[in-house]
Amino acid sequence: MPAQFAPGAPVRVRLDWPEARGPAHVRTPHYLRGREGTVVRYLGEFRNPENLAFARPAAMLPLYHVRFAQPSIWHAGESGDELQVEIYGSWLEPA
Amino acid sequence: MAGTGVNPIEAEGGRLLAAVRSLLEAKGVVTPEEIAARIAITDAATPAQGARMVARAWVNPEYRALMLRDGAAAAEAAGIPMRGALPLGVLENTPTLHHLVVCTLCSCYPRAVLGYPPLWYKSAAYRARAVRDPRGLIAEWGTRLPDGVKIRVVDSTADYRWMVLPMRPAGTDGWDEERLAAIVREGDMIGVTLPAAA
Amino acid sequence: MNQPEDSPRSHHDLGGVSKFMCEPVDTGRHALSDFDREVDALRQTLGIKGIMTVDELRRGVEAIPEAEYHRLTYYQRWMRSIAATLLRKGVMTPDELSAALERS
Repeated sequence: MPAQFAPGAPVRVRLDWPEARGPAHVRTPHYLRGREGTVVRYLGEFRNPENLAFARPAAMLPLYHVRFAQPSIWHAGESGDELQVEIYGSWLEPA
Repeated sequence: MAGTGVNPIEAEGGRLLAAVRSLLEAKGVVTPEEIAARIAITDAATPAQGARMVARAWVNPEYRALMLRDGAAAAEAAGIPMRGALPLGVLENTPTLHHLVVCTLCSCYPRAVLGYPPLWYKSAAYRARAVRDPRGLIAEWGTRLPDGVKIRVVDSTADYRWMVLPMRPAGTDGWDEERLAAIVREGDMIGVTLPAAA
Repeated sequence: MNQPEDSPRSHHDLGGVSKFMCEPVDTGRHALSDFDREVDALRQTLGIKGIMTVDELRRGVEAIPEAEYHRLTYYQRWMRSIAATLLRKGVMTPDELSAALERS
């Protein structure tokens, strides 16, 4: 059950690799798995692309814009620089 | 019937397209007229549309607010047909914040507003470098941000489509919307370049 | 630390992948070919008619083996994905496609 997060909530992207278990279509980039960020805002509900890609019934999922600090992801880059990425609630857990 | 071992989907692209189109037409699924109509609609969207939106936002604070609140509504208000297109998010640059848009997973791009994505946007080099070395990447266009400006890279992974609202450049006081729109380029609305008054 | 090379990432998942970090970007304008436009229009039309979603397109593109993925052009990848998806969904059969290819 996807959790609901308020703007400002600290979150972690689940460290999971469905693509290692079989055919999958995942829209959570590899470089964010297991990373911590902050919810910027709720973007609305959208059908789960992981199921749409296989023509399976697709539930509506909450979508969030989540902000990450660049250096924390790559151990490089200028401090203050950021990444902001749409992540489905099913991929987020409280940090 | 046993095949010769050649997988038909591996046929050369042009031949595959022709074969698939002929089958779909024979089955009454897709007609040549429908394809031609879709090409015409898609071709009609160009970066000039987005440039009009940017120019209007530069001169009209209410329109700027609308653009930031509801990009699709702002596009429609500028005469750009959105036809139920995906939500449009507008990323506002400030004196201390510069946005760069990428789709690392494929090529999601605000097509309804800007038209077809450029080849570079779809390249492996752009998709790999944007999230990890954005400053080195935009330097490929000769773009260097002033000191004190941070970069926020927006990776388009879901249903939103993103465009940048760049800052109005110096030296454009008193310009009307048409003159302003003429200096806004495709790259300015993705974040690889900065508009200039020249 | 998730370095791209350590993880079971799919090959289309390109953010930060080291082997592309030094690759230059061709920033020039490149006009779309007729092939490009037709494939794009075909995909859109199939979507509008509810025959194939953009998610299915992406999944089909991602299924292209890595070397082929980088060898094919962007719209060649789309065309392969469209054909594979239409076959999988039974909109056309392999025999029908092979016969149509022989005629083209």
